[in-house]
Amino acid sequence: MMEACVVGASTGGVSALRSLLRGLDKGFRPSVIIVQHTATEGFNVLVDLLRDSCVLPVSEAQSREPIQPGHVYLAPPRYHLLVERQQRFALSVDERVCHVRPAADVLFQSAAEVWRDRLAAVVLTGANDDGARGAALVRSLGGTLIVQDPQEAEAPEMPAAALRLAGADHVLPLNRIAPMLLKLAARANA
Amino acid sequence: MHLTDRQDIEVALFTEALRKRHGYDFGQYAPASFKRRVLGLVTALHLRSVSELTERVIHDEGFIHTVIERLSVPVSELFREPQTFVALRERVLPDLASYPHLNIWQAGCAHGEEAYSMAILLREAGMYERCQIYATDFSDAALAKAQEGIYPAREMPLYLENYRKAGGTARLQDYCTEKYDLLKMHDELRANITFANHNLVSDGVFGEMHLILCRNVLIYFTDPLQDRVLGLFRDSLVRGGYLCIGIKESLSFSGVASDFHLLSRELPVFRRTATAAP
Repeated sequence: MMEACVVGASTGGVSALRSLLRGLDKGFRPSVIIVQHTATEGFNVLVDLLRDSCVLPVSEAQSREPIQPGHVYLAPPRYHLLVERQQRFALSVDERVCHVRPAADVLFQSAAEVWRDRLAAVVLTGANDDGARGAALVRSLGGTLIVQDPQEAEAPEMPAAALRLAGADHVLPLNRIAPMLLKLAARANA
Repeated sequence: MHLTDRQDIEVALFTEALRKRHGYDFGQYAPASFKRRVLGLVTALHLRSVSELTERVIHDEGFIHTVIERLSVPVSELFREPQTFVALRERVLPDLASYPHLNIWQAGCAHGEEAYSMAILLREAGMYERCQIYATDFSDAALAKAQEGIYPAREMPLYLENYRKAGGTARLQDYCTEKYDLLKMHDELRANITFANHNLVSDGVFGEMHLILCRNVLIYFTDPLQDRVLGLFRDSLVRGGYLCIGIKESLSFSGVASDFHLLSRELPVFRRTATAAP
């Protein structure tokens, strides 16, 4: 049963995330947890934009907050976001990973250890290699990895790096990722 | 068994070894970030596994210092999260200005960035002469670095930006000397700072404090340890004393929340309520 979906995005990520979230309906039960590399100043705008694109509730992940189903969370700027065993969030200001904080690698790795085969991870457009190592752990613990087709990604490096290191269960154009998540979530409930 | 589960066993044994061999208890650190740090330590020291780390912690005299240095609070910035300093300048210091002498405890000082930022803030408020800042950490290596007050000059643009946003009234360059690729904080800032070893996990109440700063430390603790530390802060503060935590931290998930009240909804600055148990 798919309980959570983690998403990593960087350059070009805002419009990709909006498009992805627009495709999720009210019945989508997994928690959605997003790392988008953003300048601090742009963060509140990003939350508002995603809220406007999505029928599910969207908020910034808080330290120690219990993770709710059917809710979309964003990693706060300048903090790594981690998932703890009791399905609560933890933050850290430890060193940058792949030159970024928050890093998708940190989120993916901690989420993979908690949700295992009940996790889906999505690597979207981005101009670095963050997320690749986390994606590899997601797959090796039985989770499902979806990678945006690098050929149509605004910045191909991040999905390409994930494919090189982790392979993928599905390589999809952006407009087919949300339908795939809906399908995975529905299969879970059957 | 998956590698990650074997690593969990290793991290548990490593934690046990640190406690039994050296008396450091990391058992109440938030597990996900603690595991990351331990695995980071294995990589940084070019070891094969956490088990090898454990072996060295037990048998290698002196190795513990390296471990503690790496597992302690990470490096900060001058005037990190500058909006907090604006709140201190505008809301907290005017209220504390009536005291003839002020004790300030900066808990988890790492390399001292925050203690120096506080010293600068107090100087600009004309209050530094009657303040004593206690900057504490459980890592002696960190305390030695904090005492030196030397930071990489490449961080200066970030520090300048932070200082500007913090509402600094002078020039940051007036408080430090840039030489080669290093910045050295001026001695006069250190005059009323005492750097001391204190472990929030195991040590007790610390004086009669008017203000306690502990930012981005509680995020690494589990609930029971967070509550212990907040209780320690409550009991170390004078009535009406102030507690300042990180902008992404809150007391919402804590048992001692009722002993403090929030000063402003936007910033995590709290005041000890008059009715709190002594």
